[in-house]
Amino acid sequence: MLKLRFAAPEMLVDINEIQGLDYLERDPDGTIRVGALCRHATLERSTLLAEYQPTMMSAAPLVADPVVRNRGTLVGSLCHADPQGDWASVMMALDGSVVAQGPDGRRTIAVRDLARGPFHNTLAMDEVVVEAVVPPPQGTPEGGYLKLERRVGDFATAGVAVAIDRVANNVVRAGIGLTGVGGSTISADEAATALVGGPLTAETIGNAAELAAGAANPHTDHRGSAEYKRQLVRVFTRRLLSGLMTSGEEAA
Amino acid sequence: MTSLFEEITPSPPDEVPVRKITVTINGDRRSAMVEPRLLLVHLLRQGFKLTGTHIGCDTTNCGACTVLFDGTPIKSCTMLAVQADGHDIMTVEGLAGPSELHAIQEGFKEEHGLQCGFCTPGMMLTSKALLEENPHPSEDEIRWALGGNLCRCTGYQNIVKAVLWAADKLGEGVEAEDTEVMT
Repeated sequence: MLKLRFAAPEMLVDINEIQGLDYLERDPDGTIRVGALCRHATLERSTLLAEYQPTMMSAAPLVADPVVRNRGTLVGSLCHADPQGDWASVMMALDGSVVAQGPDGRRTIAVRDLARGPFHNTLAMDEVVVEAVVPPPQGTPEGGYLKLERRVGDFATAGVAVAIDRVANNVVRAGIGLTGVGGSTISADEAATALVGGPLTAETIGNAAELAAGAANPHTDHRGSAEYKRQLVRVFTRRLLSGLMTSGEEAA
Repeated sequence: MTSLFEEITPSPPDEVPVRKITVTINGDRRSAMVEPRLLLVHLLRQGFKLTGTHIGCDTTNCGACTVLFDGTPIKSCTMLAVQADGHDIMTVEGLAGPSELHAIQEGFKEEHGLQCGFCTPGMMLTSKALLEENPHPSEDEIRWALGGNLCRCTGYQNIVKAVLWAADKLGEGVEAEDTEVMT
């Protein structure tokens, strides 16, 4: 924000030296908590995510580039509210939230309510996000993240996060988040809801991909035309879900 | 306003705040008074005259300004100097003494891992951190690790070869030491 000259604050508070904020932990009920100073690189190398959270595991190595991942954080990415940020899509697909701390205590904000627009979040001036929270899965959590970038570290041309929970091959919860195809990260709720209540089939997947493409609101720019980006959303949604359909059949 | 022109006298600027920081750079503890807005890369280049660290894009993309921060590669154009207070920084000048080459520097020389050389300091420091974490990386692992360091000359082929060369050389050193212990 400073280097983009979007912000020129009189005072900056560096939270990097605060101890105990760099955690990544899983509660007994399956809730995953990511502290404000937990770096992307920690998430990328995490055995906890590898075991329990496939959508986050899939996204972690795709955030920015390896050197930036040593310094950047998931919580910072969410608060930055860049419509091309990867974590907001992932956290929306997972129904994630953040915990904001202010002088009057803490409050929880759903990630879908955190961004007000590009680079604008809904935090009060005296609040800071201390952790991000992923609620416990309602079945077996599955999913992934795909994005197209022109080169490593570039912002996404478009990206899609898919997270589903399945019980006995039936989808009991689904979330789809879209990166870089609107003024804010988009939660493709209609597409996700269409998946719930039955198994993944070619038909439900095709339907969800169409609905997700319809939820996208891309603009033509130097990364591609609006129609091209919409097609990316369609293809990525279908590709991610088709991969899960195959893995579900193998499991069954 | 009574006339069409009235000169405005600018008020004198407020006193610029400065902070004292102490940083370990290439093994030496050094202190400086810095403005809080000063970027780490400017402290290194203009403050400490360590001009081996380059500024390429100034937007966290290219990785030319990569230095090791407590052993981890970071882009020094996107960190404030005050954030380095109390921390350990290694720049390319710290890889080896003035009359010697680190194995990674030797590798870049032997394998022609540079043309213009602008990206090279950042490439070498990211490579150093990689080889410490993974002493025998595959070609794919090297390409993955160097993804945040851009080179416009080489097409990366010889950079990858240079890192492989350095890994072999550093590996030989370890084996030679092991042999000595055994005999």
